[in-house]
Amino acid sequence: MADEPTTDPADDAQPTPNPKHEWMLGQLRDALDADLLESAVAFDDLVVRVAPGSWRHAAEVARDRLECDYLCFISAIDWQPAPREGDDAGGDTSAPVQPTEMTFGAAGSAGRFQVFAHVQSTGGHHGLTLKTDVGDEPSAVASWVPVYPGADWHERECWEMFGVVFDDHPALRHLYLPNEFEGHPLRKDFPLLARVVKPWPGLVDVEAMPGGDAPEPAAVPAGDEDAS
Amino acid sequence: MSTTDTPATGFAVDRSALHHLADAQVNVELDTGDMILNLGPQHPATHGTLRIVVRLDGERVVTADPIIGYMHRGYEKLTEFRTYPQVTTLINRIDWLSSFANEVPFMDAAERLMSIEAPPRAKYIRTILTELSRIATFLLFLGEMAAQVGALTPVFYGFRDREYVLNLIEAATGGRFHPNFNRIGGLKDDLPWGWIAECRSTMKVVLNACDDFEDLVLGNEIFEARTRGIGIIPDHVGPSYGVSGSNLRASGVDWDLRRDGPPYLAYPDLDFKVWTHPDGDSYSRYWVRLQETREAARMVLQCLDGIPSGPVMAKVPRIIKVPEGEIWVETENPLGQMGYYVISKGGTGPFRVKIRSASFSNVSILPWLLRGVYVPDVITILASLYFILGDIDR
Repeated sequence: MADEPTTDPADDAQPTPNPKHEWMLGQLRDALDADLLESAVAFDDLVVRVAPGSWRHAAEVARDRLECDYLCFISAIDWQPAPREGDDAGGDTSAPVQPTEMTFGAAGSAGRFQVFAHVQSTGGHHGLTLKTDVGDEPSAVASWVPVYPGADWHERECWEMFGVVFDDHPALRHLYLPNEFEGHPLRKDFPLLARVVKPWPGLVDVEAMPGGDAPEPAAVPAGDEDAS
Repeated sequence: MSTTDTPATGFAVDRSALHHLADAQVNVELDTGDMILNLGPQHPATHGTLRIVVRLDGERVVTADPIIGYMHRGYEKLTEFRTYPQVTTLINRIDWLSSFANEVPFMDAAERLMSIEAPPRAKYIRTILTELSRIATFLLFLGEMAAQVGALTPVFYGFRDREYVLNLIEAATGGRFHPNFNRIGGLKDDLPWGWIAECRSTMKVVLNACDDFEDLVLGNEIFEARTRGIGIIPDHVGPSYGVSGSNLRASGVDWDLRRDGPPYLAYPDLDFKVWTHPDGDSYSRYWVRLQETREAARMVLQCLDGIPSGPVMAKVPRIIKVPEGEIWVETENPLGQMGYYVISKGGTGPFRVKIRSASFSNVSILPWLLRGVYVPDVITILASLYFILGDIDR
């Protein structure tokens, strides 16, 4: 369970388990049982994935048993790669090269969308990242507002940016965007409109590197490969 | 008042509780209707475009609803369309008063993902510049806060002394507000000739300025009357809203990431004190920031004494490609905890960056904090929380 992801080269050198991590993981496993799906250590940060049904319970455990009184942030991740030039969704021409197949990060995921949050302890100076899966077309997950009142704004932002609904949230309304805004901008299939209207000018004047050698292909953004 | 459930020190609590009680009775008897007051978006006390819709019962706030987003630039989306070196330009503009400090956690994240480490000299210079931006930010606050209670002289003192610090930052980096000086693996340049001596003398100016502020503002009767016992954040409420930095330390929570977080920059080598104040009111937030300005100047002096020689740039591939992985990096910025959750898929640009900015959470406590305060106190509370609009809206 607590295996480090094999993709982390920096962690291979330091297999010694952090006692704080062990303790937090033990407490969480004790309280959540089978709802603790997976855990990993990503660069000294404990990442724990819990079942969506236990999302609020995990927060209560973190607050009451792990002494994590401090809410750092709540947000979401869209693991689907962004469509690129030539894809149906009219992708962007300037995005740096990204893989085309969907892969998941630390502690894995069951689908495209994941809600994740970071909580910390002001007294014990430890913290952890909690993740939960909300599926391919995000399903609702319980709000953290009863546990951490500061979750209010974070969840409103997460809702408007990703379309994840938080059950029992006191007022799930727009935070940054105007009320009539349609779509969820931080989803990967939401194009960056400025780049659709006008291609990135950096594509046109690519400066030659000093010494006369041509830029390596990896440095050239996606759209430029088609041009050459 | 928000003082009802706080066990803070004697003088802070309930000096005006009797007045409030009397007011409440009058309001019940007269059954006055509520009034909506639109504070902002262009209000001088908000330092930008923050709008607060306040429902008033007489002179007291019933509910306050901050409306943010006038400055929203969508940085989290934009980072997905940039390469790692290009992202620095964006994150410079999150908290525009301490831009250099914004760059540090992101650079740290990229460097750790790439398993490279900046040379010791670069770490020291980064520490110096981070603390200089803290001083510049706080000097502005020390003047600005006094202006919100009607004292105009400290503003000019604050701006004047901040200028010396900005000159230093400009001399080292070429930019006054947006240095863009960090590179993945180190810094663009070494310090210019004579800069260290110049910096030493400027720190004396800063320390003197702190004494001036202490005499001018903290001893002032009107300032105390307007800030003592006003806008109290109890130590158990602040963390649950994510309030961090000086605002939290002013509530007696002894937590500073420079000392308590994962070690970064040269902070493990430095000897410094973390200042806290038990009261949690506007006055203590001013007091803590004043002490932290002094402490920052002392830390800069320590760094100048101990700065190692050597290169300022590690060996870095010409094209920055960051291996797959995800990392959470947090630092103690002037406004509070700043963090980046960077997810890399092995490309030249980040796959997703969650930007955790301090002011966003610091301001999210406003609906709770403003309940029951008087209208003029709203202004001092806003000023004492000290937020930057770009840091709220990102």
